[in-house]
Amino acid sequence: MAASIVTGNSLLALDVGAANTRAALFDVIEGEYRFVACGAAPSTVDAPIRDVSEGARSAIQALQDILKRTMLDVSRSLILPSQPDGSGVDALVVTVSAGPAVKTLVVGLLRDVSLDSARRLTESTYARIVDSMSLGDQRKPEQQIDSILRLRPDMVVIAGGTDGGASRSVQKLLDPIGLASYLLPEEKRPAVLFAGNEKLIEEVRALVGTLASTLHFSSNIRPSLDIEDIPPAESELAQMFVKIRKKQLRGLDILDHWAGGHTLPTAYATGRMVRFLSNVYGSPKGLLSVDLGASSAVIAAGFKSKSVLKAFPQFGQGEGLPGLLQHTTLENILRWSALDLPPDAVLEYLHQKALYPATIPATKEDFAVAQLAAKEALYLAMQLARRDFPKDSAFIKPTLTPLFDPIIAGGAALSDASRPGSSLLLLLDSVQPVGIATVILDQNNLMPLLGAAASVNNILPVQVLESGAFLSVGTIVCPVVAAKHGASILKARVMYENGAEASVDLKYGTIEILPLASGETGRITIQVSRGADIGYGPGRGVKNLSISGGALGVVFDGRGRPLDLPGDPARRRELLQKWNWALGGG
Amino acid sequence: MLAPVHHIIGLTTIIRERLLPVSGNVLVRVQQKVTAGEAIAEARWAREHVLLDVARLLGVSPAMADSLIKCQVDDKLAASAEIAVGRGLFPRSARAPREGRVVAVGGGQVLMEVGESKMELRAGLPGTVIQVIPTRGVVIQSHGGLVQGVWGNGRIDSGLLVNLMQTPDSALTPDRMDVSLRGSIIMGGMIRNLETLQALAELPARGLIASSIHPSLISKAREMRYPILVTDGIGSLPMNSAAYKLLSTNAKREIALNAETLDRYAGAKPEIVIPLPTSSEPPAPNDMESFAPGMQVRIRRPPAHGMIGSIVSIKPGLTALPSGLRAQAAEVKLENNETIVIPLVNMEVVG
Repeated sequence: MAASIVTGNSLLALDVGAANTRAALFDVIEGEYRFVACGAAPSTVDAPIRDVSEGARSAIQALQDILKRTMLDVSRSLILPSQPDGSGVDALVVTVSAGPAVKTLVVGLLRDVSLDSARRLTESTYARIVDSMSLGDQRKPEQQIDSILRLRPDMVVIAGGTDGGASRSVQKLLDPIGLASYLLPEEKRPAVLFAGNEKLIEEVRALVGTLASTLHFSSNIRPSLDIEDIPPAESELAQMFVKIRKKQLRGLDILDHWAGGHTLPTAYATGRMVRFLSNVYGSPKGLLSVDLGASSAVIAAGFKSKSVLKAFPQFGQGEGLPGLLQHTTLENILRWSALDLPPDAVLEYLHQKALYPATIPATKEDFAVAQLAAKEALYLAMQLARRDFPKDSAFIKPTLTPLFDPIIAGGAALSDASRPGSSLLLLLDSVQPVGIATVILDQNNLMPLLGAAASVNNILPVQVLESGAFLSVGTIVCPVVAAKHGASILKARVMYENGAEASVDLKYGTIEILPLASGETGRITIQVSRGADIGYGPGRGVKNLSISGGALGVVFDGRGRPLDLPGDPARRRELLQKWNWALGGG
Repeated sequence: MLAPVHHIIGLTTIIRERLLPVSGNVLVRVQQKVTAGEAIAEARWAREHVLLDVARLLGVSPAMADSLIKCQVDDKLAASAEIAVGRGLFPRSARAPREGRVVAVGGGQVLMEVGESKMELRAGLPGTVIQVIPTRGVVIQSHGGLVQGVWGNGRIDSGLLVNLMQTPDSALTPDRMDVSLRGSIIMGGMIRNLETLQALAELPARGLIASSIHPSLISKAREMRYPILVTDGIGSLPMNSAAYKLLSTNAKREIALNAETLDRYAGAKPEIVIPLPTSSEPPAPNDMESFAPGMQVRIRRPPAHGMIGSIVSIKPGLTALPSGLRAQAAEVKLENNETIVIPLVNMEVVG
């Protein structure tokens, strides 16, 4: 990128998370945007402070301390724009994931059509569906009214009616919502998003307009029975979410004011970045971003034909952690353990972490238990997200994870750069990627910040991405194969830039690593056994494929897909320990 | 770095705002003395609604039905009261199916609320009402000892504190119960089985202060009709020494147990208040501090989970922990004289 295009503006990005608030500075260095540094502080969503701007100020203060650069004035307000003395910044963007999941009522005409689309749309933000209504609902209207009054949703998402299609049926569904909103105190009325038949907009405005806290419209997410178009509505939903959060989280309005309205939900900003990268790199494979934090698990995937964004608050590693057991069992969580842990150890961890979401594991044992919960949560999130991946995505088997390259991992549970092996094993076990892919750790959790920055500066994300602010773990090779344990399934040879070579004979059920340092590239030639597939068809290898290195090098995961853990606990733990060691874990 | 404060204080001024979740009536006045269990506000709301489609019942258009409906919003109707009568020789009529109040009329329909639910908000602590917040609740001031917990089952009561713990790591078992404990608040240590909770219900006890509770008992503990407050955590944790000392030295005193559900957003925490007479008003504690050497802290996660110690020094920069993670940390001297390194996010100030 020519330096002349860069205007020289510094940009501060704030991420208000459930546990921590981070302030990241991007500035122009030698003519190009770079990630400069990041400061962090505990979030102040909770009592006694209950003002997210305090946590943000502390994070900016931490950044100031690192950079020895003044950004807050004497009244602790952000200095905007930057001053001739070098203090302040030129722009601010904010992302927010803190706060309880937004209670949502989804409404659609047909359960398997528009209601399903409304559900998919709702899953793109930090929402919890508390009730759903469709024409198939057997309840009387007054029962629906009582349900709304009891549940007090923060948000109603309505889909239904193909363009030019049904209108009376949609009105019938809206009546109980309007009546219930009328009965609620004004400050408790839900925000309403209508993403249905566009001809009904005026009628929706008349029916619920004065009764909703805010009324939003987007293009029809189900313009016809066989077409679903969610992304435009995601943008409207993101704005609606920020409005709800500004009412719920004191201090967010101050940050939004500083940012000139450039506040986005963290998940949406990540999704935007994934869409952007997908378009830039245009790989025939998909691009995957997984983020596991205190508030939720976020899966964002970009494909040729569409993008998918899923936020799952039910899998967050914070205050909702005991709820994980509503989606799985202790036995399922313990199946990931290399240690012979009593079930109570996991159960107690889930409850204790919920009491203190901002705490971190300080001991090896505590870290191991935390990893179990994280692995199971991400595994479940990935299983759910996969339901909505497009059928035409590139895959080896439709029942497995599609082919992705690269895979970007972020969030407190995944992105810690001091243990890339643990992060990679968590990713390999939960996401179960297939074929050949580059794995990148978003060690500074920049993805959402860059997604938000793109709204004020579209050059910045590109230049920062190319600047090495992310940590490459390396290249993974994950054949899809069924074989006997110990049978040879793949032979690979890596040729380094200096002419040296290294090779591996991968046995089924093992993980192997060949070194390839960060910043280096190499060429890999792979021969696979009959039936093994690395994305080129069964039994077909690849010659002289260019690959990039990373903290771990080239990782060969010979455990097959789907990962089939032994039923015998002792044998399973032995293997888990070996795989852990193979990736440098203790 | 800002530090959350967990209150365990022998004598302090306690000021608590007590609010209804919905609008209602405040039942007390400023300067009124209240007990912990006393109702200070109440709210009433409709239990359910009935929607009458008058237009369909009379077989007329919604506009016509609107002109035939006799009732208005806020009208109180008896069961079978006539709401509308059709026209013609043999007119049909629409009647109220149950006694209730009309809340909306229009579009040929009538919406009524029927039945009534009522909730009473209790004071939660003994003290003096220092402010009334109209239609919502009050602010109460009290003086005495204060012990905060980490989990509560949402109930409130007061009674005589009886200590059944010999040591901070005692566990309470049903065989420790006898009729002499009836009406008392039991300081009981670790709770590991349902029988213990049931035995306390059968007495009945006025409340339970547990150091920890087994996670499998949480849903049952929520169902118990007496308040249960957990001081230290979920699992098998002894009572922290500060809470143990304060509570055990106040055994046989009348205490208030507000086992409020923890709400981190609203700031609600379960609390034990030990009312004490004071000649002068002791200072109210801070809710936030900054970590500093000499501060007494409680450790919220392994190692030394639940233990009390004092900060020796705050380590500069980030410290590599045995888990492999790096974080801001402090050297903490525990009560057993062992000094360990603890990340700041895993501690809270006691005071």
